[in-house]
Amino acid sequence: MNRRIFLAIPLLAAFACGGEKKAGGADSGAANSASMSSGADLTAAGATFPYPIYSKWFGDYATKAGVKINYQSIGSGGGIRQLTEGTVDFGASDAPMTDAELAKAKGPILHFPTVLGAVVITYNLSGLDKPLKLDGDAIAQIFGGKITKWNDSRISALNSGAKLPAKDILVVHRSDGSGTTYIFSDYLSAVSTAWAAAPGKGKELSWPVGIGAKGNEGVAGQVKQTEGAIGYTELAYAKQNHLATAAIANQAGEYVEPSIESATAAAAGISAKLPPNSDFRISIVNAPGAGAYPITSFTWLLIPKTIPSAKKQKQLTDFLRWYLTQGETSAASLDYAPLPQPLIAALTARVDSISGGTAP
Amino acid sequence: MSLPEGRARVETNEGGGATLRIHGSAIGDRIYSGAITFFALCVPFLLLAIAWEIGVAGWPTLHKFGFGFLTSSEWDPVKGQFGAAPAIYGTIVSSIIALALATPLAIGVSLFLSEIAPRWLRQPVGFLVDLLAAIPSVVYGLWGIFVLLPVLRDPVMPFLRDTLHLDKTGLFSGPAYGPSMLAAGIILAIMVLPYIASVSREVLLAVPRSQREAALALGATRWEAIWGAVLPYARSGIVGGVILGLGRALGETMAVTMLIGNRPEIAASLFAPGYTMASLLANEFSEASSDAHLSALMAVAFVLFVITLIVNAIARWLVWQVSRNTSGRAA
Repeated sequence: MNRRIFLAIPLLAAFACGGEKKAGGADSGAANSASMSSGADLTAAGATFPYPIYSKWFGDYATKAGVKINYQSIGSGGGIRQLTEGTVDFGASDAPMTDAELAKAKGPILHFPTVLGAVVITYNLSGLDKPLKLDGDAIAQIFGGKITKWNDSRISALNSGAKLPAKDILVVHRSDGSGTTYIFSDYLSAVSTAWAAAPGKGKELSWPVGIGAKGNEGVAGQVKQTEGAIGYTELAYAKQNHLATAAIANQAGEYVEPSIESATAAAAGISAKLPPNSDFRISIVNAPGAGAYPITSFTWLLIPKTIPSAKKQKQLTDFLRWYLTQGETSAASLDYAPLPQPLIAALTARVDSISGGTAP
Repeated sequence: MSLPEGRARVETNEGGGATLRIHGSAIGDRIYSGAITFFALCVPFLLLAIAWEIGVAGWPTLHKFGFGFLTSSEWDPVKGQFGAAPAIYGTIVSSIIALALATPLAIGVSLFLSEIAPRWLRQPVGFLVDLLAAIPSVVYGLWGIFVLLPVLRDPVMPFLRDTLHLDKTGLFSGPAYGPSMLAAGIILAIMVLPYIASVSREVLLAVPRSQREAALALGATRWEAIWGAVLPYARSGIVGGVILGLGRALGETMAVTMLIGNRPEIAASLFAPGYTMASLLANEFSEASSDAHLSALMAVAFVLFVITLIVNAIARWLVWQVSRNTSGRAA
């Protein structure tokens, strides 16, 4: 009797182990198994920055159309990788795919801008009665470590009348790879040739100075705790947490405070000049136009131009039309800037170019 | 459990020990031994599979940069230049700080609990110390940001630097912003403390009463009995606990990422921000899309893997040395 029990234990373990292995085998594409278990119709993966609005959209759309979309906010890089490998139906990214990345994909990928993200400069300086004013050159020199004191003439020249202390500037940047860093460095590369040469633009940079903090909350926390600190976060985070934000000179030399309206204005300025055959992989930093906030960017859905399954093709194109009409109206409620009207029209026309295959 | 007659035999082997042999075993026994052998082999196989997988993925980078990958300080994903020296340095230094702070504290706690504390106090204090190990590391990180960093910034760092004039050593100099190698070391110390303390306590409790009584009978004070009779006896176990803590410190990711300042630079001052291999991976892996960058991160993972193996091998050897000496002296 005893012995039988004794034998039973490893056997049970063997079954348990075998079961696990089987599960592991089916798990090779994490997205696949997730979609099976939750019964989602479409799977997607990518950017974390637009996740709150995407999750609202997918939720609203599931209620309305009965089509479930399972979105994993694993980061833009991961989204592009999963899309390239074909483990998800579509991807999402804060930075447009590069030509090299597009070449690696199984078929052509279309970029669909969804909402606008803006990056704000936040700082901790007591004794200012107006928002700090900065221009692109000053920002590049501060984050490049060339301006090290707050009372530097290059800052005080932009802020006449403000009392700037003789304190050291502490630069706080994102340590984790992020679309926010990409947008910010894209802007700095656009306004400063020195910055474009080094460190350049990317989701992770080799920062000349400063401390790296994880996430928007890490940067904001460090800036809030340190007198004399300066950092950058995305607009939605700054709005929700009432951070002090700098007004930034745009291309026309006008100082613009970050807001949903000034971000949309930046997109309007650019999209008016778009060629009709644009692939929408466009940078809108330092955009022209009145009231345009200069550190603004699209975030994109990455949609395969050809979808093998006819059913999925219909579900996906229906969703794209829905977000362009209904979805955009709810963007501002979550502090995302909606696309300007002319752009929505151009994108709606583009949905029709997505073709479906014959697979079920 | 009774064995069928005639199947069991006790064999005397050369060393004078005895082995129980069961002959003519039933098929169940064979399945049993086969199954446990399989499970036992699963673990080393898994280890090799992980090493192989990471090694292959990191090979392009290791091949391209060679030894320079370990010695270069330049980590620039935009230009595709990868050197892991600051992360390797930070991993080791933050772990050393952690052990230097945690070991005396943990041994103190475990000595108190096993030797000095009244019986009613042992359980609750021991439980609370163990509970430290159950706190998720992101909670440590948040606590670090909102409690530890402000305290370090003022008064601890200025006190070390200006009041004690430790800035002359170079270890405690420069601006006190908070996020630093020191902050990472302190949070790691708190995180590894329960591991060291609970292993040490168990080991100390396992020291035979006769050991203490003999020392006391020879006229030793309580302190002398602990120092001369109890601690040496428990030494190998305590070293084992420290090694367990070291393993945790080397691999800890989230809390360190939140407090170390994430700057790939080797600085002499502990007030300066640094980087560890684990936090580098945590920071950059999710958004790395270029092949070169991914491969460089895999190479970092491989180096971390190898360093952990080396450290553990050294630790095994240390435990073995200590236990050999202890048993040698006891004999």
